[in-house]
Amino acid sequence: MSAGASARSVEAPADAAPAIELRGVSRVYGHGASEVRALDNVDFSVGAGEFVALMGPSGAGKSTCLNILGCLDRPTHGQYFFQGVDVANIERGQRALLRRHFIGFIFQGFNLLNRTTALENVELPLIYRRVPAKERHARAKETLALVGLAGREHHTPGELSGGQQQRVAIARAIVTDPKLVLADEPTGNLDTAMGEEIMRLLTRLNRERGLTIVMVTHEHDIAAFAEREVVFRDGRIATDRRTPEAHA
Amino acid sequence: MFGNTLLLAFRALKRNPMRSSLTMLGIVIGVAAVIAIVTLGRGASAQVQANVSSLGDRQLFVQPNGENNVQRGVTTRSFTARDVEAIRREVTGVDEVSPTAGGNVTAVYGNNHWSVNVTGITKGYFKVRGAALIRGEEFTEAHYQTGRLVCIIGKTVREELFGATDPVGATLRLGIASCPVVGELESKGQSGLGNDQDNVILAPLRAVQSRLTGNENIGSIGVAVAPWATNATVKEGIQGLLRARRGVGPQDADNFRVMDPAEIAGVLQNVTTILTLFLGSIAAVSLVVGGIGIMNIMLVSVTERTREIGIRLAIGALESEVLAQFLVEAVILTTVGGAIGVAIGLMGSFVASAAIGFKFVVDPAVIAGAFAFSAMIGLLFGFVPARRAARLDPIEALRHE
Repeated sequence: MSAGASARSVEAPADAAPAIELRGVSRVYGHGASEVRALDNVDFSVGAGEFVALMGPSGAGKSTCLNILGCLDRPTHGQYFFQGVDVANIERGQRALLRRHFIGFIFQGFNLLNRTTALENVELPLIYRRVPAKERHARAKETLALVGLAGREHHTPGELSGGQQQRVAIARAIVTDPKLVLADEPTGNLDTAMGEEIMRLLTRLNRERGLTIVMVTHEHDIAAFAEREVVFRDGRIATDRRTPEAHA
Repeated sequence: MFGNTLLLAFRALKRNPMRSSLTMLGIVIGVAAVIAIVTLGRGASAQVQANVSSLGDRQLFVQPNGENNVQRGVTTRSFTARDVEAIRREVTGVDEVSPTAGGNVTAVYGNNHWSVNVTGITKGYFKVRGAALIRGEEFTEAHYQTGRLVCIIGKTVREELFGATDPVGATLRLGIASCPVVGELESKGQSGLGNDQDNVILAPLRAVQSRLTGNENIGSIGVAVAPWATNATVKEGIQGLLRARRGVGPQDADNFRVMDPAEIAGVLQNVTTILTLFLGSIAAVSLVVGGIGIMNIMLVSVTERTREIGIRLAIGALESEVLAQFLVEAVILTTVGGAIGVAIGLMGSFVASAAIGFKFVVDPAVIAGAFAFSAMIGLLFGFVPARRAARLDPIEALRHE
């Protein structure tokens, strides 16, 4: 519990400090001649309530960056401040607790538990947070309604369209009120219309609920929904700019 | 904490009922086999025990033929009334003696014929054999003395000759002699060797000797051992006495036998116990095989569920929580499998006991043991797959196809 407790105790005022910050972060795979630098001395920060798109060709380091931000991976060098606390070198169990309490994930392939109802999928993070059954049901139901799936609580992923499955995944990511939501190509498996629908949902959650979102994407159209676009090239940040007026 | 793990485990098992039930199957079969064998074994022991107590465990039977007499071509020399008297008076620890003689005759009543063993008895019979009446009266002193033929019949004889009507007061014909019925014996059921102990007619010894066998020979002698003596010392006493009376040389084998049913039952009991242990351990091997089956299926299922495990880890499940979930899944499978196995084993052995004619004895300790063993197998064989699941790297696991 120590990571969760300490990270919670240093909660900074939302606007003052950045929500997350990478300082001089490198991620190196392999050794010696076969060494690959997926990230090379990256400095990068995201403020609370920001919606950032990470772009770039494959192998440029954006997914590695997302894994480090999500505490699924740790930097080889450098510091990672999460809510002001350096979490670059905390151990596996503490990273798990940090994810449990502060981070939500949305994946390209939805990654829902199959043969499990939408409601039970959304409840999953709450079970690990030991939320009592009654509150758990209520919050999961409420969140499903928020993403537009009221009435679909008892459908399994097999009975839902791709767009609906991604909504369930979004509900699962935000049901815990995370400080940070990480989305890895959330529209990659969806057609354009459904993709845009998902992006409008994320934009709305960002505006109305102040959700901090970092999203990896290939597509400029999708990146345009974010407020800020960061382009990676060869493990470094090539450009970092505000997008032209985001889609309504 | 534990409630959460249970919830996660149950939801995971529910997602794949086919896999869950197949995983259980090995344990179900193993436990059912162990329970059935042990229960049947206990039933057999209880049966032996019951037979001993139906005979009474403080009695000996003396028979006039030695071991292997027939093979050795030795003619059997019967006992006499004087042998009986000598045993009663001279052997210490003898409480009562019951000489018997008789043979098979056809009993006739009305149009019914029935072949039955007529046993001539003395007053001591009832004490030595623990026999009792449900109808009528025992023989009187006069019956024993005068040699008049009267009889007490067993349940089977009554059913065959009289059906449901009261036989007391009726008169049978035994061979050429007529014989009034004065009582009916309480049923004793089958003996350990399967013969019907109720297919018997009792009559006073003297009457049987004079009217049916035509000689004064005694077929066998039952001896009740006094409460303060032991079967073994009385047996020795009888052997010494009879060897002297029957002129057996010091180097020769006995030309008679003293049998101790309790001793025989003890040997039978040992054989039953050894057989039960032997078959039970073979069945236990099948339980271990069932456990290995569980490990096998769980290892495959960890690979198959890699992505699911990745999701759990990404969401923030601790290594220990994933480990606990998989262990609990394994233990649920084995204990539920164990419960089903216990039920099937008990049903099977109930049916088998009824068919063979054993007692059906449920031993709570064996059931508890089977449960504990199943749970232990779950822990033991669930551990390796569970640890493999818990140690997965979330990034790798999420990428798994």
